[in-house]
Amino acid sequence: MNQATAEIRTVVVEREFPHAPDKLWRALTQPHLIEEWLMKNDFAPVVGHRFNLRGDWGGVLDCEVLAIEPGRTLSYTWDFVNDDPAYALKSVVTFTLTPTAAGTHLRMEQAGFRPEQKQAFGGAKVGWQQFFNKLEEVVARGA
Amino acid sequence: MSEPQDVIFKSLSDPTRRALFERLCRDGEQTVAVLTLQAGISQPAVSKHLAVLKQAGLVNLRHEGRQTHYAAQLDALAPLVDWTREMAGFWHKRFDDLGDLLKRMDQ
Repeated sequence: MNQATAEIRTVVVEREFPHAPDKLWRALTQPHLIEEWLMKNDFAPVVGHRFNLRGDWGGVLDCEVLAIEPGRTLSYTWDFVNDDPAYALKSVVTFTLTPTAAGTHLRMEQAGFRPEQKQAFGGAKVGWQQFFNKLEEVVARGA
Repeated sequence: MSEPQDVIFKSLSDPTRRALFERLCRDGEQTVAVLTLQAGISQPAVSKHLAVLKQAGLVNLRHEGRQTHYAAQLDALAPLVDWTREMAGFWHKRFDDLGDLLKRMDQ
């Protein structure tokens, strides 16, 4: 596995919720609430705590709390171990809460890489990229 | 190299096969007969292309009476799709659920 060629990529999803930061923070840090919107878990708001997120599809994510600033920031690793490097993922998820006039702005940033995701697929094969973009749109509509 | 990516790229390098696969993605499960009507080639030729797609794991088939139904296997594309797109879609859905949860917490 040659991690030197792996490319760090980032996905950012942001949304403003008409609710106070305190309430959002509870939804992000209390296991029974996390389960309701994300996945089954044994999360604890303690830096260094290792936990699993268990998806409905049977997949298990290995996580470790990296940083906590109550009401503001939460960061944990989000690793998916898989024999097929095409599916394996090592990443870090960071939630940032910012109070707004109408509620709370939530920003989720996930940064990481798939061990053997080749850069060639991103750049050189432009035609393919278009094809897959189109397919993804179709898939997204159907989902 | 015989990585899954190469097999998928090879099977989709043919424009006719790519068109068949796109149709299955767009319209869902189809019989060979229906696919043939719009492919502009013979039914044996369509069947041959579908067999190549099946070998790449891109489609699967289901027999019903004398008809064979083909369906796209979108999971097979996972090795090719930029994971950030997948994850963005995942998080948008999770945020929807989070919004629902927050509303319930009000009550």
